[in-house]
Amino acid sequence: MTVSRKSLLRLCLIVASLLVWEAAVRLFAVPVFILPAPSSIAMALYRGTVSSLYIDNLGVTLVETVLGFAAGTSLAFILGVAVALSRRTEYYLYPYIVMFQSLPKVALAPLIIVWFGLGLTSKVINAALIAFFPLMVNTIVGLRSADEDRINLMRSLDASEWQIFWMLRLPSALPFIMAGLQVAMIFSLIGAIVAEFVGATSGLGMLIQSLNFNADIAGVFSILIILSVLGLILNQIISVVRRRVLFWDPSEKAAADVTKGGMP
Amino acid sequence: MTSTGRVAADEGRVAPVSAPVIAVRRLGKSYETARGPVVALDNIDFTVGEGEFVALLGPSGCGKSTLLKILAGLLSASSGEAVLRGTVIAGPRRDIGVVFQSPVLFPWRTVLANVVLPADVQRLGREQHRRLAMELLDLVGLAGFEHRYPWELSGGMQQRVAMVRALIHDPAMLLMDEPFGALDAMTREQMNLELQRIWLERRKTVVFITHSIPEAVFLADRVLVMTPRPGRIAEIVPVEIARPRPLDVMNTEAFGASVRRIRAHFSAHGGLDA
Repeated sequence: MTVSRKSLLRLCLIVASLLVWEAAVRLFAVPVFILPAPSSIAMALYRGTVSSLYIDNLGVTLVETVLGFAAGTSLAFILGVAVALSRRTEYYLYPYIVMFQSLPKVALAPLIIVWFGLGLTSKVINAALIAFFPLMVNTIVGLRSADEDRINLMRSLDASEWQIFWMLRLPSALPFIMAGLQVAMIFSLIGAIVAEFVGATSGLGMLIQSLNFNADIAGVFSILIILSVLGLILNQIISVVRRRVLFWDPSEKAAADVTKGGMP
Repeated sequence: MTSTGRVAADEGRVAPVSAPVIAVRRLGKSYETARGPVVALDNIDFTVGEGEFVALLGPSGCGKSTLLKILAGLLSASSGEAVLRGTVIAGPRRDIGVVFQSPVLFPWRTVLANVVLPADVQRLGREQHRRLAMELLDLVGLAGFEHRYPWELSGGMQQRVAMVRALIHDPAMLLMDEPFGALDAMTREQMNLELQRIWLERRKTVVFITHSIPEAVFLADRVLVMTPRPGRIAEIVPVEIARPRPLDVMNTEAFGASVRRIRAHFSAHGGLDA
């Protein structure tokens, strides 16, 4: 079967399943507060979008996610480098790393809201906290993965530790760092939404809470669609960067999408 | 081969024509292990003259890689010393080029950028070394490949890039650690011819480690035969076969005689490739 025929068939299947869903809801008169029909979800999506309600809240969540990602991953990178390059730093930081790594970070969200309020700060901190670990762990593993022969080559050329870091360890770590960034991006979005659930005045997470409270399930579904599109776009951005940075990595062609396992 | 040459050779101390570039004196290396000290190298003594090609030959575990690491300044000796151009090798130095068993190229650098790595590390002029790199790539038949990446090249081509990289900063000595060991037999022969051609053109001082007797005899001016446990130099065998040596020199009597003489050291030990 040709590619175009396959993709046509796939599209037909999607349309058919939406039609079945629509028909089932109408036929069995499923109440709209249990399961809305695709047409009601589309209507909710349309109304929310034109009233700028969705766009404004999407903007809030996006800013929280991106700032949290930037803060969390920068800190994770710096600490990851410090731990990977210095056994002493590792020794002193190790107990904290182990304790935080085993803790489900989302459980900290209520505390963070108490400490940092209902505004932007608490969301950014929560997003940063969740994005932090995947990148830090990958940075450490990546920096330590540099090939022994290549290190010997650099040493034999009388390279300084600094040169070995920039010219060898860091490039060798890039496949791990890019994979970590990809996970961290999606984790930041989760962090922002969870913090909004716990306490917020704006954002898509807050909107889901309030629509749910008003039994506007079609509205909730429409936000879920927006969130999954947002996640997809953020993930694609990192994917594009990753492919450009790691053009030389043979595993890149075969690399599975690390976020395919879904979100925690 | 003349009879006088044979006599000098049998003494095992063929003085290099010029002053030695490398002088290794009573060098020893031992490791502490859980079961007590292990002597990897014992009382190694040899010199290498300017522009000489010396092969260090021995089976696995005879300490030849340890010796190379000491010469490269990557390991320190337990006793004795290795002197390069008058100064003791006490750590990595800038006047040594090393070719390892695998090409050890950086996949994110182009062929040209890989070749100029030593110049980058040692902050030598980049432009000038770029030109030199192009010349050397041309010498090894890789002209036109300078903007390719290592993963686009065959194993033999990658090892040639590694050779060029080891030559780019004009080192006083070239150390080669079984550089063709990972290549198939046919490519290996071609690389031996290629290395001989490059060496005849550049006349670098080379210390070449191998466990192949024919490879050592084919390439070297002198073969330092090492025996294991502890690593010692059993004999220094001069190879007086005119250069350039074609591949079919391997079928000559002179070649066979050298191979037999070296193999005699291992017949009791075994474990060496022919």
